[in-house]
Amino acid sequence: MTFFEMTKTVLKSLFTRPATLMYPAKPAKKTPLSRGHVSIKPEGCITCRSCQRKCPTQAICVEVKEKTWEIDNMRCVVCGVCVDVCPTKCLTMETQYRKVLTARGARDKFTVAGPKKKEPVAAEAAKPVKE
Amino acid sequence: MSKQITVPFGPQHPVLPEPLHLDLVLEDEKVVDVIPTIGYVHRGLEKLVEKREYTEYVFIAERICGICSHIHGQTYVQGIEQIMGLEIPERAQYLRTIWSEYSRMHSHLLWLGLFADSMGFESVFMNSWRLREHILDDLEATTGGRVIQGVCKVGGVRKDISPEKLDEMVKGLRGIEHELQDLTNVFLHDSSIQHRLKGVGVLNKEDAYYYGAVGPTGRGSGLAIDIRETGYAAYGKINFKPVVEHDGDCYARCAVRAKEMFTSIDIIEQCAKKIPDGPVDMKVTGAPDGEFFARAEQPRGEVIHYIKGNGKKNLLRHRVRTPTFTNIPPLVTLLKGCDLADVPVIVLSIDPCIGCAER
Repeated sequence: MTFFEMTKTVLKSLFTRPATLMYPAKPAKKTPLSRGHVSIKPEGCITCRSCQRKCPTQAICVEVKEKTWEIDNMRCVVCGVCVDVCPTKCLTMETQYRKVLTARGARDKFTVAGPKKKEPVAAEAAKPVKE
Repeated sequence: MSKQITVPFGPQHPVLPEPLHLDLVLEDEKVVDVIPTIGYVHRGLEKLVEKREYTEYVFIAERICGICSHIHGQTYVQGIEQIMGLEIPERAQYLRTIWSEYSRMHSHLLWLGLFADSMGFESVFMNSWRLREHILDDLEATTGGRVIQGVCKVGGVRKDISPEKLDEMVKGLRGIEHELQDLTNVFLHDSSIQHRLKGVGVLNKEDAYYYGAVGPTGRGSGLAIDIRETGYAAYGKINFKPVVEHDGDCYARCAVRAKEMFTSIDIIEQCAKKIPDGPVDMKVTGAPDGEFFARAEQPRGEVIHYIKGNGKKNLLRHRVRTPTFTNIPPLVTLLKGCDLADVPVIVLSIDPCIGCAER
């Protein structure tokens, strides 16, 4: 009967938790594959600019001379291409969304390690000579 | 003859979630003429194809629409693959099919909710969106994105689904099937909804064909046109029948969408059974040289992507004809002669997506 069907629904709704989540007080429900935002480990970046070339929205700007890596978070569409092409895997995809902005501009600038110096290799090559 | 007045409807209207403007010419309560206007959300995405590499443009093609995003990306890469003569791995074809069907279900659930809301049935609106959340969770777990999946690429897909996850997905869908049944029962058998929908906005088969209705709008009028039957992606290896209703009213269009969700579950289950092992992408070199019309069936109907390249990294031309764009002439026909109070229901019954239609 329709009346009892409705009672069933009402009782079910009374004793189950709400389907919604109090975001941002509680973190959003995320899976390991979720694309939240891009983050960088500055010590791993070799300023090869692959991410800058492949970015479909031109959100990433790498300055080779100044050794900086900059992302415009308002341009970034979190497609994950930069993470896929990064040769040193210093770019990673975080599963949680970026924090809410409270001011204009969402550029994050990092000073990065830059290309590996040739000296350590030369020093290692020179080692046997020293011995 | 009574006096004619013009009532503007949209682009911002409480029950119309889309920026579509209609000038309704009324005689008393009857609509005698309709002048549609679009152009509020034009973004120039087609022009952008000249500025981005053809591989990067997949992400832009996906952002043409916020609901059928995966199918837009898929149609675009299908066109590129046809021009370049690529034979993509079979597993990738099946995965594309699975994700297409998931986006169809999520689109239809969203639409059923909005449709109920347009009739003032808000609890059904919330219930269908709660069910949609299950679909979105599965999409996020397998692709990384809830609405913009970003998994298509030229030469395959970017993510793979493990066999265990596929089993879990099919079981999950079978688990919510009875809830979907409850929801569609409300739309198909509830007397107040039938009273609101039956006989409202009738589009007969000849008109539907003549004005070029596509997708559920056409199928609700008895036009058995479903591009999935042409067998793109893995649809050629799947058994399914397009849902066709013959009444041509709002109820028929609603019934087509409600029943299509169960077809989608069937297709996903068949795909999960038949999916072969193997790679999901292939290496692509060179650039497209030639032109192609790629077609696919979106939740709203047939979409066409025209792609023209000249062997360089940037394409020459990209043109999209979205289902909503073709459904506007049938909508104008539908609205003529209806009551003013029925206008929101009739406009929503073609599932308008103006963001798509304007790009």
